[in-house]
Amino acid sequence: MLRAESVSFGYDGGFTLSDASVAITAGSLTGLLGPNGCGKTTLLKLLSGVLRPRSGRVMLGDRVLSSMTRRELARHVASVPQETHPAFDYTVMEMVLMGRHPHLSAFQLEGPADFEIARQALDATGTRHLADRNYMTLSGGEKQRVVIASALAQSTEVLLLDEPTASLDLGYQLDVASLLSRLNHERNVTMVLATHDLNLVASLCQRLVVMRDGCILAAGPTADVLTGETVRQLYDVDADVQFHQRAGHLTVIPVRRMS
Amino acid sequence: MPAAPGSLSSEHGIGGRLASVLIGYGALALAACLLAPLAGSTHISLARAFDRSIPFPDNVDAQIFFVARMPRVLTGAIVGSTLAAAGVVMQALLGNPLATPFTLGVSTGAALGAVLAITFGSSVPVGALASVPLASLAGAVVASTIVYVLATRPGRPISTMVLLLAGVTLNAFFSALILFVQYAADFTQAYRTIRWLMGDLDVGSFAPIVASLPLVLVSLGIFAFLPRSLNLLSVGADSAATRGVDVGLTQRLAFFSASLATAAAVSLAGPIGFVGIVVPHLVRLMVGVDHRIVLPASALFGAAFLIGCDLIARSVLAPVEVPVGVVTAMLGGPFFLWLLVRRS
Repeated sequence: MLRAESVSFGYDGGFTLSDASVAITAGSLTGLLGPNGCGKTTLLKLLSGVLRPRSGRVMLGDRVLSSMTRRELARHVASVPQETHPAFDYTVMEMVLMGRHPHLSAFQLEGPADFEIARQALDATGTRHLADRNYMTLSGGEKQRVVIASALAQSTEVLLLDEPTASLDLGYQLDVASLLSRLNHERNVTMVLATHDLNLVASLCQRLVVMRDGCILAAGPTADVLTGETVRQLYDVDADVQFHQRAGHLTVIPVRRMS
Repeated sequence: MPAAPGSLSSEHGIGGRLASVLIGYGALALAACLLAPLAGSTHISLARAFDRSIPFPDNVDAQIFFVARMPRVLTGAIVGSTLAAAGVVMQALLGNPLATPFTLGVSTGAALGAVLAITFGSSVPVGALASVPLASLAGAVVASTIVYVLATRPGRPISTMVLLLAGVTLNAFFSALILFVQYAADFTQAYRTIRWLMGDLDVGSFAPIVASLPLVLVSLGIFAFLPRSLNLLSVGADSAATRGVDVGLTQRLAFFSASLATAAAVSLAGPIGFVGIVVPHLVRLMVGVDHRIVLPASALFGAAFLIGCDLIARSVLAPVEVPVGVVTAMLGGPFFLWLLVRRS
C-alpha cells in the first residue's frame, strides 16, 4: 500500500539515498535496518512525505504522495520520531489531541469524538493515567508511549517509527515492542520501524529491509534476510544468528568486530 | 509549571476555557482602558465623562477623558497587546520560550530608522504622518527582510537556528550603527534618540493610532489562523509536518505577522522592552501553554499590563514622568530572573 519507486534524495550536492525501491504491504510490520547514516531516516521521511524525492516517486495506494496536501497525507500516514522535545510543557492529553490536527478544520476545536479517540489511544498505550500530567515530567519510556499515542490519535493506516526504543531501558524496550505488536495485530496498523536493535526486529517484524550507503541491500521475510552474513555486511560484525526456543524468534549475538 | 486549571480530559475543555479566558481577560483589558484615563493631575469622574446630557464642548471631564488621556491609554492597549501576541508567536516560531518580539532584529532596525530620522531628517511630516514613525517602520521592514532572506531557501522550512543567529547578529550590528549615528549627532538629537529608545505612549492624538491600525489588524488577523499550528510547530518541525501542518507556510506567516505587529508597535511608541516576554510567561502560568488560549489571553492581558505600567510611569514620581520602558524593564527584569531560577 506504500511504495517507494526508485527514489533518490540528497541534502546538499551528494546523495544520501539513491534509486531505492521499497514496497510495504498493508497490515505488515516491516523492519528497516542499516548502519548509522545509511539513509534509514531519510527513507522514512520520504515515505512520510516530509521530504520530497529528487527523482522517483512514493505511492500511497494509487496516489502519488507529492500530489497530496500535508493535511490529506497526515490522515493516512503518521510518524513517531526518535525523540520529541516540545518547547512548552504541554499536558499529555494536549500532546495526544495534537494528533487530531489533520482531521480538524482551521478554527474547529476538538469535539467529544476527538476526545474519545484520544482516550482510546491513551488506553492502547497504557498512558491513560498520565492524561493530566505534563509531558516534560514523564520518564523516557512514558514519553515515547505518549508520542505513539499521539500518532495513533491521527487514526492512520500507516505508522512510521524512527528508532522508537533507542533511548529506552530494557524494560521499556519490551513494553514498546509488545505495544507495537499489539497495535499491528489488533488495529491492523501497517508499520515501518527503523532501528539498530536486531533482536527487536527479529521478535516483531515479518519483513526486513536492509540498507547500506544509501542503497537497499536486501528485502524479504525476516527469516531469509536476518542472517550472520547480513549482520557482517551491515556492521562488519561477526555474529551468531540462531533461533531461540524460549524467546520464540531469531536472536543475534554479536561476537566480535571484523575489521 | 502547574497544570492548566480544569482537567483537559473533560469533553468541552478547550471551548469552555477559551470562552472564560476571553471574558475574564477581556473584562480586565476593558477595565484598564476605562479606569486608566481617570488617573492624573486633574480629578475627573467616569460618570460625568460618559454623561451624554452635557454637550461635549462643555463637558470638561469628557474632554480630558477622551482627548487628553484616551490616546495614551489606547496606545498602551494596542502596543501592549501586539507586543505580547508577537512575543507568543515568536517564541513558538523559534521553539524557544526565551525569544522576544525583538529577538529577530525588527526593533533594532526600527530604532536605526528612527535615529536616522531624528538626526538627519527634517522634522517636516510626510502627509499626515510624522517622519520618525515612518522611518522606524522602514527600518523594521529592512531588518526583517534581511533576516528573512538569510534564513530561507525556496521550498524548505525556515532554519530557526539561522533565523536566530541572523537576528542576534543584526541586532548587534544595528546597535553599533545607532551608537555611531548618536556620536555624530548634537546633544538635542542625542537626547531625543535616547528618549525615543526608552519608549513613550504619549502619542499626542488619535492620528498615529489610526495610522498604525491597518498593520495591527492585518497581523492580528493572521495570528488568528496560527494557534493550533503553533502548538504543533513548537513540538518539532518534522513532527508538525507529519501531523499535517504546512510547516513552511506556518513559519512564513508567523514570521511575517509577528514582524509586522512588532514594527507597528515600535513605530508607534518606541521599543518598549519585556512586554513581549513577561506577559506570555505570566499568562502561561495562569492558563497553561495551549496557543489557542495563550495567544488571545496574552493579547488582552498585554493591553492591561502596559496600561498599568504606564499608570505607574506617570504617577510614581508625579509630576515627573518615568519613561514607560524603564517601568516595564524594572518589573520585567526581576520577574524574568525569577522565572529562570524557578526553572532550574
